[in-house]
Amino acid sequence: MNMQFRPVNRVRAINWNRVQDDKDLEVWNRLTSNFWLPEKVPLSNDIPSWATLNAEEQKLTIRVFTGLTLLDTIQNGVGSIRLMADVQTPHEEAVLSNISFMEAVHARSYSSIFSTLCLTPDVDDAYRWSEENPFLQQKATLIMQQYDSGDSLKKKVASVFLESFLFYSGFYLPMYWSSRAKLTNTADLIRLIIKDESVHGYYIGYKFQREIERLSEAKRQEIKDFAFDLLLELYDNEARYTEDLYDGVGLAEDVKMFLHYNANKALMNLGYEALFPPEACKVNAAILSALSPNADENHDFFSGSGSSYVIGKAIATEDEDWDF
Amino acid sequence: MGTLVYYSSTSENTHRFVQKLGLASVRLPVDAGSEPPQVDEPFVLVVPTYGGNGGKGTVPKPVILFLNNPANRRLIRGVIAAGNTNFGAAYGAAGEIVSAKCAVPLLYRFEMLGTDEDVANVKQGLERFWTRSH
Repeated sequence: MNMQFRPVNRVRAINWNRVQDDKDLEVWNRLTSNFWLPEKVPLSNDIPSWATLNAEEQKLTIRVFTGLTLLDTIQNGVGSIRLMADVQTPHEEAVLSNISFMEAVHARSYSSIFSTLCLTPDVDDAYRWSEENPFLQQKATLIMQQYDSGDSLKKKVASVFLESFLFYSGFYLPMYWSSRAKLTNTADLIRLIIKDESVHGYYIGYKFQREIERLSEAKRQEIKDFAFDLLLELYDNEARYTEDLYDGVGLAEDVKMFLHYNANKALMNLGYEALFPPEACKVNAAILSALSPNADENHDFFSGSGSSYVIGKAIATEDEDWDF
Repeated sequence: MGTLVYYSSTSENTHRFVQKLGLASVRLPVDAGSEPPQVDEPFVLVVPTYGGNGGKGTVPKPVILFLNNPANRRLIRGVIAAGNTNFGAAYGAAGEIVSAKCAVPLLYRFEMLGTDEDVANVKQGLERFWTRSH
């Protein structure tokens, strides 16, 4: 028996009462208070609505959800795990473990939708499609290359682009159905996923920004160039993925507006300026309002148009520490 | 012309938006344990909402502490809300809450760091707002 005792690094227990970065605790609280499971959403109420979609619309919907499942699978098993290698604090690792698990919940949710609404052979067809579709495979490859790069900054950039940009060619469709009063329970479930992914993109983008603060100006420029190049490469592929999926129902151009809008938001999560100009980001008002009921209300009091001097009708909350 | 008072967490998103406006501003402390400043001129509050559900904790603590001072509260003239449409009905919710509680208009909403268009809208809007009302 050849047992060697090497001096090992001391193993440390995580202490949530000594937090180095308050953002870790804030995001942990946010994520855990958002926790949900697909079983809580009454998906079966969408069965009559599903039957009103024609065969092509059903096929599109199943494919879109299969594509989203693939991205969630990557984030669960690879993305968040690879990010753990670079953590600066033990709390960051704990947050990433939460993110990883929720990605598994998201991936699992699409299967709940399928088992509730769809026929097994149709779903099996879509899984086959997902392995053969060159654009879907290409986007997975582009992301995986960065996850395999061993570069902590490139991994974070790829992760934020996946969370805050690549999902949206898929998220468009349930918002579209919901705006037409179809599959509304499914849309409720997707909105839960969107909220989670938004926190993930925000948090990983925040950690990215903390990390580049320590770099020289030249290095910061280098990673910024890398980020914009990767975004454009992903965008080219995403535009083709979108055409491949949505041309048949005539929605591809509308989806692209949504892509531009979300690409800008992904860049903002990294602390960068928007890339696509406002005229390329004119998201269909019905989609925006399916996403956020507040988004379509005109809150541009300045321009004098819209609802103007309407003081909020109801106070949504009362924190006990208000004095008035 | 009044001033701007804003809260921004360590993410610096709202801070960057305010920097781009290039207008006089007072930043509230990030840490809720710090003493809030006292202002002596009319102001518009810029407040982000981060991933809230519109319930408790939606308005950042330092904003509440700042507004709990009646001398500050008397001088608030409007609110600008930052947020993210991905949070559904909670998009910019802190702005709505403050607007309702202080009975001042919600002037504008923007997402995250704001786009150049948002910066231009708010700059022009504030200029008109201050000349019109004060």
